[in-house]
Amino acid sequence: MITVEGLSKSYNTVQGSIQVLDNIQLNVRKGDIFGIIGFSGAGKSTLIRCLNRLEEPDTGRILIGDEEITALKGAALRKARQKIGMIFQQFNLLDAKTVYQNVAFPLEVGGYDKAHIRTRVREILDLVQLSDKENSYPSQLSGGQKQRVGIARALANDPTVLLSDEATSALDPETTYSILELLKDINRQLGLTILLITHELDVLQHICNQMAVIEKGRIVETGTVDKLFFNPESQTAQRFINIIHQYQSRRFAVEGVGAGI
Amino acid sequence: MKDDLYELLLEGLGQTLYMVFWSSIFAILLGLALGISVVVTERGGILPAPAVHKVIGTFINTVRSLPFIILIVLLLPLSRLIVGTSLGPTAAIVSLSIAAAPFLARIIENSLKEVDTGKIEAAKAIGASPFTIIFRVLIPEALPALIRGLTIAVIAITEFTAVAGAIGAGGLGSLAIRFGYQRFREDILFATVLIIILLVQSIQWTGDYTAKRIERKRFKMD
Repeated sequence: MITVEGLSKSYNTVQGSIQVLDNIQLNVRKGDIFGIIGFSGAGKSTLIRCLNRLEEPDTGRILIGDEEITALKGAALRKARQKIGMIFQQFNLLDAKTVYQNVAFPLEVGGYDKAHIRTRVREILDLVQLSDKENSYPSQLSGGQKQRVGIARALANDPTVLLSDEATSALDPETTYSILELLKDINRQLGLTILLITHELDVLQHICNQMAVIEKGRIVETGTVDKLFFNPESQTAQRFINIIHQYQSRRFAVEGVGAGI
Repeated sequence: MKDDLYELLLEGLGQTLYMVFWSSIFAILLGLALGISVVVTERGGILPAPAVHKVIGTFINTVRSLPFIILIVLLLPLSRLIVGTSLGPTAAIVSLSIAAAPFLARIIENSLKEVDTGKIEAAKAIGASPFTIIFRVLIPEALPALIRGLTIAVIAITEFTAVAGAIGAGGLGSLAIRFGYQRFREDILFATVLIIILLVQSIQWTGDYTAKRIERKRFKMD
């Protein structure tokens, strides 16, 4: 569904050129929930933003469905973007628009008529369980509700893939859980391919079936999520797993000492 | 001698309102065009064109660096060309609009730049065109800030009309100079000052009220 071949990008800074993405190869199959995990500054955000060309890659090819994203320009690129849903860490909802208007916006951009838009918005708000918030403004919603609106907006125009740029990183654990459950449901119900980036192992563990580990702009490990947990090969993956182990050993230690508490 | 007071003030106020209204309309239109262009053509903007950005920026700075009274004199031939005369309130509208537009452009630029880039990216990500992003995202999101900025500008235009009055534009400024100053009519001088103060207050109040109403609608807690 998503194929990335030889994707590279560097930024020019005062100190010289910095390679943020280095010859990335990725293959996401239809229906996958594919997670890319990495520490801060690994290049994961740049990578996902290259997929809908919010960032321009230097070299490489990106295919989503049958569309070669890297070959598109102007109106053709905008047309392709209509079928690539994206959700963001900071939600990026429009404060001037109500929940309804936010979700209707991509459909208006897509050129649908009012009647179709109304049915579709109601349908999708129902899916994210926000039917009663139709006329609220984003500022009146909680973080989790805002991200639900973000998801509804991303899904409104019936995309072929959903990109998630740290969508749960600004949410508390409970809300994160409910948003992940929603994404899982959507993946099941609509068969929608989801590509997400995260720095939280919990997210991978909870909803992803495939994963890639990114470090310093390179994919250092790919495979199933189980493989990452049971048999981490790359150093970065081992660092992530070690964090869990440290917590576990501390817990054993504390529980051993503090018996009866 | 004093029975001409109301008549003079009424005529002066009428001319001032006429100048402020139309100059503001034209200056806002010109300022929006300049302000939007300067924001979107910026490197990394919605329609990046660094060369255009630089040209517009330099133009704005050039016009803004001229003192208003000199600008009016420079623009007299243009007034004559557009409205057929270089005297009176209508001629002053030409100078006022052009003089205020670059100031408005900078105010509009500031308001538009306050819009979170994430919102613009979200609009790009759903496939919106630059035109759609400008008119459906950038301007609506910046609206309360824009209205506050425009209020500052309209008040500045009101002050400008008084200056323009000194060199033949008519209005309350002209009244204050011709009667209040040159003919020692203190009653007229104080009356014009009072009216201008009330005028500026009501412009500010209208701007504040409108901006607050929009914000209250968007950010009220229920």
